[in-house]
Amino acid sequence: MKPGTFICSSAASLAGLIALGLSGCKSGGGDTIKVGEFASLTGKEATFGTSSHEGTLLAIEELNAAGGVLGKPLELLTEDDQTKAGEPANAVNKLISKDGVVAILGEVASSRSLEAAPICQLNKIPMISPASTNPTVTQEGDYIFRVCFTDTFQGAALANFASTVLKAKKVAVLTDVKSDYSKGLAKSFKQKFSANGGQIGSELDFNGGDKDFKGQLTAIKSDAPDAIFLPGYYNDVALICIQAKQLGMNIPIFGGDGWESESLLTIGKDAMENHYFSTHCSSDQGTPEMTKFVAAYKKRFNGKTPDAMAVLGYDSAMVLADAMKRAGSTAPAKLRDAIAATQDYSGASGTFSLNADRDAVKALVFIQIKDGKFTYNSTVNP
Amino acid sequence: MPKLFLSIQSSKLSTPNSQPTVDWFLQQTINGLGLGAIYALIALGYTMVYGVLRFINFAHSDVLMLGAFTGFYIAPRIEQIFGHQSVLGMIMVFILAAVVCACLGMLIERLAYRPLRNRPKLTVLITAIGVSLLIEFTAQHEKVFGAAPQPFPSLLKEHSIHLGNVVISSNDVLMVGVTVFLLAGMWWIVQRTRIGTAMRAVSHNQQAALLMGVPVNLIISFTFGLGSALAAVAGLLYAIKAPGIEPLMGVQPGLRAFVAAVLGGIGNLPGAVLGGVLLGLLETFAGGIPGLSNYRDAIAFGILILILLVKPAGLLGRAIVEKV
Repeated sequence: MKPGTFICSSAASLAGLIALGLSGCKSGGGDTIKVGEFASLTGKEATFGTSSHEGTLLAIEELNAAGGVLGKPLELLTEDDQTKAGEPANAVNKLISKDGVVAILGEVASSRSLEAAPICQLNKIPMISPASTNPTVTQEGDYIFRVCFTDTFQGAALANFASTVLKAKKVAVLTDVKSDYSKGLAKSFKQKFSANGGQIGSELDFNGGDKDFKGQLTAIKSDAPDAIFLPGYYNDVALICIQAKQLGMNIPIFGGDGWESESLLTIGKDAMENHYFSTHCSSDQGTPEMTKFVAAYKKRFNGKTPDAMAVLGYDSAMVLADAMKRAGSTAPAKLRDAIAATQDYSGASGTFSLNADRDAVKALVFIQIKDGKFTYNSTVNP
Repeated sequence: MPKLFLSIQSSKLSTPNSQPTVDWFLQQTINGLGLGAIYALIALGYTMVYGVLRFINFAHSDVLMLGAFTGFYIAPRIEQIFGHQSVLGMIMVFILAAVVCACLGMLIERLAYRPLRNRPKLTVLITAIGVSLLIEFTAQHEKVFGAAPQPFPSLLKEHSIHLGNVVISSNDVLMVGVTVFLLAGMWWIVQRTRIGTAMRAVSHNQQAALLMGVPVNLIISFTFGLGSALAAVAGLLYAIKAPGIEPLMGVQPGLRAFVAAVLGGIGNLPGAVLGGVLLGLLETFAGGIPGLSNYRDAIAFGILILILLVKPAGLLGRAIVEKV
């Protein structure tokens, strides 16, 4: 090929790309409203992404069945980040610059939301995280929201739970140093528990994905705490509880919303008995919104019972649609202001408002694992 | 008597919270042995192949994963025949997984490594990494195993033996027992059988062995089969220990076992076991120190570097023999 033809052809392809980009932007104001979603549909934390995606999908389908928003149907564009660091950035960049979405929904895990948030902020595209609880996620900028509580609240609630319900004087803390969520939750828990007059026993670390935790658990055992605080994700939590049981440790182990997954029970089996975790909502909390959601979800997904991530995925999409209706537009700035103004919204997970930090202020529930089932224990109001 | 001794120790020493107690030490030793036994078993496979071919089979850790998945799929069927959590059923699962992986190992050798037998060692090494990645990413596809962890069935009912405050899990006993048994078995095969003599001959000088009428291709195939069967057993034991299995489960223990094989003196069977056990112990003890548990790999590998500085050929390796 002559150099001249090369320049010609690359110029042509460049023009093509620009045209594509333009048409991508235009179709945002075309016959559908494009909403982007990124989720961990495969990989280590696949149940998080699958649940939140199913909730989001159900919301979009319900909205479209009711005639869409602003007279247009919503179009959900989903990207799988494979539970891998680095992928959320690719996914969100693609959704914004190639697909031209008006808003982004995602992720469950804080580390991955933290990766996408600066990109959404830079492009001034509103992002709503369904379930990332690390406080720093929404601090990335004024376009970043969440429909769940933060770990400052969750950590404090867990600390109070340890003091009052478990009546623990000394609690050991086992943190996943690879996860922003785990580190943040451990920090706020330790602050509040010490303030309550409790003693923090041995503090040990692991790397998410490790398979052997007996070294750490034996150290905890010899320290003889009343309970173990384990802010981790379900795969690691299940293995840790199995190995704690093998070491003959009968003290309660408790953690946060990262535990919520059916896999916790299928992998952990009877080693999970009588342990506790806090989460966003329970499918048997009995509110009319939740009952309606559970029925619709079971009908849509072959009788599957929704977990908290599914409920929050649903709420994130519904809050976005609500904001679009109130804004009367999908222009990013107007949409942002409308989301920020969400007050007393009755979602499936409960009634909540977004505060000045763009975090949802809402209740938290405790779940106990009993007879191989997640059993509702109690509710803590903010 | 030991029971009494231990309980006195624990009551005397349980108050200070960072001071290591006797219980703590014994328990960590047991934990470390259980973990080290698995590393040792994987390291045996690395070392066998290296001993004969002078090449590291990086796909070894993926054969381990395939072994665990073979167990995952055949265990429910075996259970129907031999009953739930029966010893005979478990042995059958181990044998079948070992046979499946031995065949896979030989297939990998035939397709990927044999065509490159006379090429530079580096070519084969890069191919091994390629094979490893190919298996890992094929297995992660949702139509194969999928990337999400699967719950591995418990093959045998677990018991725990309490000695004072020290708990020995029947799984740890199983792991150490299987490793010792297989080390003895491997040593017997290599040192006392005809095929073992042939393996040593191929290891010594491939050309000379060929001239002496040793069927080199067959021997190499056999070595790969044997190494892969060991990987399958290690994979099953690892899955019993941590019953959430996924396509990348072999990467971490594989890397450690490789280091263990080098530490023990690569090509040396008892050395591999010694290296594996040592690494398991180091990792467990480092992981059990509050404040340092984050650095457990750094500590374990730091100590390994120190050992290798003093003994570059590994603990039981002899540099002179390697050069012959």
